[in-house]
Amino acid sequence: MAHRPFASAPYIVGKTAPVAAEPHIPAEESLCPVVSHDWVNAEYKHLVVDASPKALAVKPGQFFNLLCPSPDEGELWLRRPQSVYRIDAAKRRIEFLYKCVGRGTYGLAQLKHGDDLNMVGPLGVGFTVDPSWKHIVVLGRGVGLATLAPISQLAADNGIGVTAILSARSPEFVMAGDLFAKVGDVIAVLDTDGSSAVENVEVILTRLIAQGRADAFYTCGSNRLLQLMKRVAKAHGIPGQVAMEQVMACGLGPCYVCVRTFEVDGKKELRRVCIEGPVFDLQEAVGW
Amino acid sequence: MVDMRVKLGSVTLANPIMPASGCFSTDLAQVIDLNRLGALVAKTVSREFRAGNPPPRVSEVEGGMINSIGLPTKGIDYFLSHQVPDYKRFTPPLVGSISATTIEDFEAMARDVSRSEIDVLEVNISCPTRDPKGGNFALHAEHTFNVMRLIRQTTDKPIWCKLSPNAGDVVAVGKAAEAAGADALVVSNTILGLKIDTDSFRPVIGNKFGGLSGPGIKPIIVRMVYQCSKAVKIPIIGCGGIVKVEDVVEYMLAGASAVMIGYLIFRNPSGLIAIIEGLEQWCAKRGFARVADLTGAMIDEPPRETYAAAAAPIG
Repeated sequence: MAHRPFASAPYIVGKTAPVAAEPHIPAEESLCPVVSHDWVNAEYKHLVVDASPKALAVKPGQFFNLLCPSPDEGELWLRRPQSVYRIDAAKRRIEFLYKCVGRGTYGLAQLKHGDDLNMVGPLGVGFTVDPSWKHIVVLGRGVGLATLAPISQLAADNGIGVTAILSARSPEFVMAGDLFAKVGDVIAVLDTDGSSAVENVEVILTRLIAQGRADAFYTCGSNRLLQLMKRVAKAHGIPGQVAMEQVMACGLGPCYVCVRTFEVDGKKELRRVCIEGPVFDLQEAVGW
Repeated sequence: MVDMRVKLGSVTLANPIMPASGCFSTDLAQVIDLNRLGALVAKTVSREFRAGNPPPRVSEVEGGMINSIGLPTKGIDYFLSHQVPDYKRFTPPLVGSISATTIEDFEAMARDVSRSEIDVLEVNISCPTRDPKGGNFALHAEHTFNVMRLIRQTTDKPIWCKLSPNAGDVVAVGKAAEAAGADALVVSNTILGLKIDTDSFRPVIGNKFGGLSGPGIKPIIVRMVYQCSKAVKIPIIGCGGIVKVEDVVEYMLAGASAVMIGYLIFRNPSGLIAIIEGLEQWCAKRGFARVADLTGAMIDEPPRETYAAAAAPIG
């Protein structure tokens, strides 16, 4: 079910080329054909699209604002932001891994092979790595793991070791374990056996620090794990980054809908997740 | 070739398509060429820093969205020192937008902002959500007249008065703005609304009430544009729920000289440019050499006699 917007002139993958615009315009509205779209478990879907050249320039941690089809008799009137799970430059494809939780994602879940997905992006500030680092730790839970996959890949591509601590309710929801396994060590922690407890994750982090395998921290998807990583990172002077989410409208900056609270030198301030993030300094994030 | 220029008093725009204040910033240069727009319209600035309203700040509704952002701003000093120069990297005229809580501060804001390189001053006396009771100057003709007259005496810049659809008699407010010396009317701001979460029984918007915008409100605002255009001589800028070329045509037929577009920027950011191109094609196809000829061109006949109309062919 190709979803046609009211009025737009998006880049249509495989059909037309945009008129060369004089100013540098890094993002665009594009119609990207769905290559595959499969359930990976009872709640998560894996979506692969053919991407436009601008979309393919997406960096780990950046996102697209997606125009989702409606799952019901109504209409979806706002886009839904979605971070990228995998960037396949060779096949010119972008992959998303998302959890079906509301009208937007259930609508998105209806897209079938060959349908066009209207995407605006790439948007936002992504993760960064310092080439001098030898080993990083990524800690994610649930759908946050999808966001952390590209940064792990980027680190590995730069010869940086990765330890991925994947937190989930049960083994079924340890997302992308095989993808992380290709780029580093995987430690799965679960609610079912109690290993996901914050105290246990702290023991793992502390051990990695002692082993000299924690030059930087990355996290996404859990406020409890964010607070833990922030505390441990501060105690040991380890730099860190967190990818955050918030209800969003334009995704581009002007509307100031997607603000979150940050704290610098004891002073609170609001920042827009869409353009000042979604990746922020770990120590400045207040959490949610 | 269609002449896409429109004249709003002393200001001529290359085309009638502008973004609506609050839905636009130079951040949009991420996805479109801003130099193609009829004008650039800055987010409303007030004197002091404002954090804005508590999230959630937006929610979908059928026909559009409801929002309560609360006019966050870094304040007038930052606007003048950073934002105006940032906008001036682009060629279209710059419309600055101001807000204040007192008539005296509105006057001072108008004076201070007018010293910058802005080309037009939009006076936002109608934000429905910064005061949770939904109040503002534009709800009353007398208040509107008083604030607009002081601003008129303060600045030589063209002043556009942004009206509120929440006023009981929007035409009277528009006439008051004209009498006070406004150069154009922007019709209009959002419609105050309330959305309740049926799971939690709480308001969906953090600030309880929010402003309704999007295609669902368009017929209401088109009607207001029509009514205002019959009552005032100054140009009118239509603003509310435009998502396609025909919506622009409709606003112009009702009496608007130009339009502002907000919601569509969120839905289809490339839509602003698509509408500019589509409007030119529409005019060419329909034989209009000048887009400005659409303004007020609605055929306005008295209603037919009921029995004659009921006996007429459909269409």
